[in-house]
Amino acid sequence: MDSSLFQLLNYGVYGTAILVMLIGLYGALVKKSLLKVVIGLSVMESGLNLLIVALGYLKGGTAPIFSEGFLNGSNKIMVDPVPQALVLTAIVIGFGVTAVALSLVIRLYRHHGTLNIDEIRNLKW
Amino acid sequence: MKKVIVILLLAALGFYLGTTFFNIGFGDPHFANGVKDFYLKETVDNLHVSNTVTSIVVNFRGFDTLGEVTVLFLAVTALGSILYKRRHEVGTRSVLFSSSSVVTAGSKLLFPAVILLGVYVFVHGHLSPGGGFQGGVIIATGFLLMLLSYENYSVSHKWLSIVESLAGIVFAGVGLLGFINGGTFLQNFLPTGVLNNLFSGGVIPIIYIAVGFKVAAELTGVIYTVLHEKGVK
Repeated sequence: MDSSLFQLLNYGVYGTAILVMLIGLYGALVKKSLLKVVIGLSVMESGLNLLIVALGYLKGGTAPIFSEGFLNGSNKIMVDPVPQALVLTAIVIGFGVTAVALSLVIRLYRHHGTLNIDEIRNLKW
Repeated sequence: MKKVIVILLLAALGFYLGTTFFNIGFGDPHFANGVKDFYLKETVDNLHVSNTVTSIVVNFRGFDTLGEVTVLFLAVTALGSILYKRRHEVGTRSVLFSSSSVVTAGSKLLFPAVILLGVYVFVHGHLSPGGGFQGGVIIATGFLLMLLSYENYSVSHKWLSIVESLAGIVFAGVGLLGFINGGTFLQNFLPTGVLNNLFSGGVIPIIYIAVGFKVAAELTGVIYTVLHEKGVK
């Protein structure tokens, strides 16, 4: 691959992952609705997962699966499987966190009748 | 005012992260190479599993996956207990959709195919991309489709908890059998077979099938609980 194109990809992939993380963090910090705060946390987690998977990439590598095509083919480079396995765990834990957070939001809505942080006085910062 | 502070903070964080990661470089080998090569070699030579990610998740870090499944179970239990309701409040759905006959007929047609795809994904977890967690999520989306198109479609909570408990017992039981036969918890004790065959990889397919059933039952339970949440008048 052309080296300047690859340099662009370098900035693009890491830049996208960091941008997604920052967008999620912005949403979690600024938004008034509790539902949007939970969505922001979930978006931030997606960016972090993207960043970890991108770290494991090797130039010219294929997916770490020893299929027939890989065994008979000429390309013998594989990307790092360890970050992918870590991200698989992180996604499941992220699901658990989101589920519990959403159930707490539902409970708060049942109690206060609103999701606005300013109106739920105990949560103001 | 708050927004300005947050944006300044995020800009500083973005600058710091950006300079750090742009110096690392995309596609360069920057992890200790020995770890990756050990996993790849061991997977193909001794375990005869095609998918290296599966072999890491279920075999090398199997105990971690057992903990992960436990965390998922705890999250679902916490969701159920936070959204606890007294008996006379249960029964009515708060989230109701009037779906057209196209949607109901189509989802009835699509439901077996979705379940079949989920089963395929977790049975072939050691051969192709996918695995227990992914297959379980696909099955749960099938149940979500049915719950969204039929107002009075119901899933038995008793059966969900039976499937979930049995799958958890199978996972822990396979681990204990490895303890008896091989010496350590979750040790592989079955013959590993030939690479790229359906019956290969020792205990990995058994564990991933159990994980698939467990995740499917848990996610279906979550969807069912949240859909039956009653709104405030």
